[in-house]
Amino acid sequence: MKLKHKRMIYSILITVFMLIVTLHALFPLISLLVSSFRPSSELFRQGITFNIQWDQLSLDNYKYIFTQADQYWKWYGNSIIVSLLTIILSLFFSSMVGYALAVYDFWGKHLLFVIVVFIIMIPFEILMLPLYQLMTTFRLIDTYTGIILPSIISASAVFFFRQYALGLPKELMDAARIDGANEYGIFFKIMLPLMTPSLAAMAILQGLFSWNNFVWPLLVIRSNSMFTLPVGLQTLLTPYENNYDVLISGSIMTIVPIVLLYVAFQRYFIAGLTAGGVKG
Amino acid sequence: MEGNKSIPKKRTHFLASQKVAPYVFVAPFILSFSVLTLYPTIKAFIMSFQRILPGQVTFIGLSNYVRIFNTPTFFKALQNTTIYMILTVIILVTIPILLATILNSQLVRFRTFLRSGLFIPALTSVVVAGIIFRMMFAESETAIANQIIGFFGFEPINWRTKAWSAMFLMVLLASWRWMGVNVLYFLAGLQNIPNELYESAEIDGANVVQKFFHITIPMLKPIIIFVTTISIIGGFRVFEESYVFWETNSPGNIALTLVSYLYQQGIQQNDMGYGAAVGVIVLLIIFVTSIINLIISGAFKRSDV
Repeated sequence: MKLKHKRMIYSILITVFMLIVTLHALFPLISLLVSSFRPSSELFRQGITFNIQWDQLSLDNYKYIFTQADQYWKWYGNSIIVSLLTIILSLFFSSMVGYALAVYDFWGKHLLFVIVVFIIMIPFEILMLPLYQLMTTFRLIDTYTGIILPSIISASAVFFFRQYALGLPKELMDAARIDGANEYGIFFKIMLPLMTPSLAAMAILQGLFSWNNFVWPLLVIRSNSMFTLPVGLQTLLTPYENNYDVLISGSIMTIVPIVLLYVAFQRYFIAGLTAGGVKG
Repeated sequence: MEGNKSIPKKRTHFLASQKVAPYVFVAPFILSFSVLTLYPTIKAFIMSFQRILPGQVTFIGLSNYVRIFNTPTFFKALQNTTIYMILTVIILVTIPILLATILNSQLVRFRTFLRSGLFIPALTSVVVAGIIFRMMFAESETAIANQIIGFFGFEPINWRTKAWSAMFLMVLLASWRWMGVNVLYFLAGLQNIPNELYESAEIDGANVVQKFFHITIPMLKPIIIFVTTISIIGGFRVFEESYVFWETNSPGNIALTLVSYLYQQGIQQNDMGYGAAVGVIVLLIIFVTSIINLIISGAFKRSDV
């Protein structure tokens, strides 16, 4: 048998195998999407099933969510606000630190670096109860500030920015100094723009984390009108009420923007994830 | 004056000097770190020695810890969490290595599509993932999971009420969401392996399996250590995967994890001191296990990591 033919057969076999694996990975999402067109009462009774009555599929769940489910859209708004503020604040704080660690020599630099490593190792769960107490003391329970505050510290983002800033041309800084620019001008006008790709990668990672964040919002949010999407959707899963129309179409609407962002900015997702390690 | 190159004599403000600027850059981080990480960490240890009632805090020494070690529920949670950790580490290290190795091969077509397809579950929030899995594994015999086992002649199962199937659901949910991320880690590692290694092995007549065990695995070692470590830590921290199926009330605590127990005692029962003590134990378990893992895998040996 010719080597070329053998290679082709291998290639087809492996590709088919990987397609099957990938299809399995996507299957839950595909089945959710198909089910979102089924009558919600059926879904409540049967669960996600292979016995789909194709003639019963309709846009009813989506019609309902766009016309009747004001509460859901309130959650959606909260999630957008919380995610945007988390992105802006955590990027602002961590890019400055990463930059300073990379380009300056200053007393305490190494200690600071050790602290960053230390933060990565501390599991959030141990901070949960003291942070909760702290939020209660400062009356931040059930506020956007309370939801956002703990996420503005991101050690992995600091790491990532430091790594990126180490590669920036320092000659530019000296040139700018001779031109009379001060250190803040150099950072904001010259270096930060050069860090745009790393900012994009971290913005996406922080946004994804914040959009899907569940445990902390679950602790600090009390009232329905402050719920973020994950917390709100979880409350719809009661065995007593029939909220499945909002539950299922709402789940789809929660994932869609993220998947679209992913498709558009894939390389930033991958850069952020593989360089930054786990979320800290 | 004339003839001198005129350097602008604008005196930089003290705060804008090269000496002070780095401190200004790191100040917001230091401040927020102190309030939001350092203080709570220390506070957690202190709280674990206290009985905390509204308006009344008393030091009770090791009582919380003594109570924990006399509570069977804690050991149930520890057992569930450990089993979960071991299963997820095995699944989330071995399968992604294999998938990444295959995906890295020139023989596979549509690689970008396949990589994206495997990664997309990681974009799903754990709550939405829980909603999907609860409906796929619903108790009705028409739900997909029961239809599949029915096809092989088994009776429908009430998945959320049995110990083994509860564990299965949690591990499946976690594996589904994290598989693609770990594949990405390993792919990044594979791309750093020089092709010459494989070529010279081929000349020596090595087959696919030999190349995998003698080149790929040793070369991926740092990444394997990294992924194992984060999977161990993630495994001990498991909470959401249990919460989305049962909140904190699984029948007979079949899905109670250490962090669910912390949440149940600290927040729901408002026994903050006891909850904090559980947190400290989780922290210690994570530290000790990660260090043992790093020693066994040789990460501390020489300076190659």
